[in-house]
Amino acid sequence: MTAVRIPPTLRGEVGGERQVEAHGDDVRGVLEDLVARYPGLASQLLEDGDLAPFVNVYLGGEDVRTLDGLDTAVDGQTIILLPAMAGGS
Amino acid sequence: MASYRDLLTRIKAQIDEIGAADARERAASPTPPLFLDVREREEWEEGFVPGALHVPRGQLESRIEGLLPDRSRELVVYCAGGSRSAFAAKSLAELGYENVSSLVGGFTDWKRNGFDVETPRTLSPQQRARYSRHLLIPEVGEAGQQRLLASRVLLIGAGGLGSPASLYLAAAGVGTIGIVDADVVDDSNLQRQIVHSTDRIGEAKVLSAKRTIEALNPDVDVKTYEERLTSENVERILGEGWDLIVDGTDNFPTRYLVNDASVWHDIPVVHGSIYRFEGQVTVFKPHAGPCYRCLFPTPPPPELAPSCAEGGVLGVLPGIVGSLQASEALKLLLGIGETLQGRLLLIDALATTFDEVSVERDPACPVCSEQPTITEYVDYVEFCQAAGRAVGA
Repeated sequence: MTAVRIPPTLRGEVGGERQVEAHGDDVRGVLEDLVARYPGLASQLLEDGDLAPFVNVYLGGEDVRTLDGLDTAVDGQTIILLPAMAGGS
Repeated sequence: MASYRDLLTRIKAQIDEIGAADARERAASPTPPLFLDVREREEWEEGFVPGALHVPRGQLESRIEGLLPDRSRELVVYCAGGSRSAFAAKSLAELGYENVSSLVGGFTDWKRNGFDVETPRTLSPQQRARYSRHLLIPEVGEAGQQRLLASRVLLIGAGGLGSPASLYLAAAGVGTIGIVDADVVDDSNLQRQIVHSTDRIGEAKVLSAKRTIEALNPDVDVKTYEERLTSENVERILGEGWDLIVDGTDNFPTRYLVNDASVWHDIPVVHGSIYRFEGQVTVFKPHAGPCYRCLFPTPPPPELAPSCAEGGVLGVLPGIVGSLQASEALKLLLGIGETLQGRLLLIDALATTFDEVSVERDPACPVCSEQPTITEYVDYVEFCQAAGRAVGA
């Protein structure tokens, strides 16, 4: 079971939760489990079976793109989903 | 074994000496010599011969060649009384300096004759009082405060993030603050934009901010740019010379524009962004760490990136994030501590948590990598819209 931190812009898709739990051996498995339960997340996280370019996924504070991408094994550390935010005013 | 006296006498016999009156006459000639002050820093700070170069005796041999490559230049070396300068003159001769004399009686005699003395820029009594809590911190101190007073910081946006950032930077004595913002103060701003106030509604934000800052600290020179930062004006504005940029803008096109310009101008950016209860802060130092494009290569589609105007923001959140930006800015200006370079700080005010994730340089970054593919300004609005369309397709 992996805890996944949901950013404010995606919370509408998961019933307003700040954090949800998901199953999977690697990042891909966790995201697929999430998408299966919250289909609204699909287009916001994945693109052509890969990670969408505008969203960053961190495992234990490290960008999974600098690890093994979607194949990165999960080991009980929290996953953070993070799209860019532009607000400043 | 020779005593100090013997040694000094022997050295003095091997060098040229010049009296204060003669030295002053030489100084007024069409080909004046360079005065070289070899005293300690504390002595220098109390006053020196106008135009003198200061190199403490202990660093003379190691630094002089770099500072003064021309060995034929006429030099008058002085200390407080004429002894340290005698040894210095001997060393300089051994290093090949051909025309060196030591000032007899030193700076003490120069001053006693009533000749001109220059005092280095120091803090005024008012500044000593104003910045006393900074002067007490060893990492800041008088040198650090002088550095802040000589610093130039450009703020993009005089809104939620720009308000606290500008106030704290101004209070800290950052000498020149530039502010870029095209908007006027609106009543919906006042829930969080604390540099403005009710009587400023309808006034240009840059002018309102300037008035507030000048009332807070008259040491600060505020430069206003009542315009939206664009590819057309960015070179003019950045070309005025800034030590760093505090990015508090509210839209993706400007974020990418600020990034590209800062990389090409080699200016560090303290980045902050906010939405509802959450904030992000980091530092982008061109070529030393990641840039904004390394972190977010592509802007999200518009439906995933609502602005504060669309989604709202807790009024105090920009206070937290903008203050952190000011703190990072001061550290960068002072050259102290560990900045957020390479780390993105995530703040959740609702849960009261601070998390951080690491941000790496992207070896394929289109702007800051070794082989950049973007080398001039693009149409940033179009770039962000295209990213949205590609995702929607």
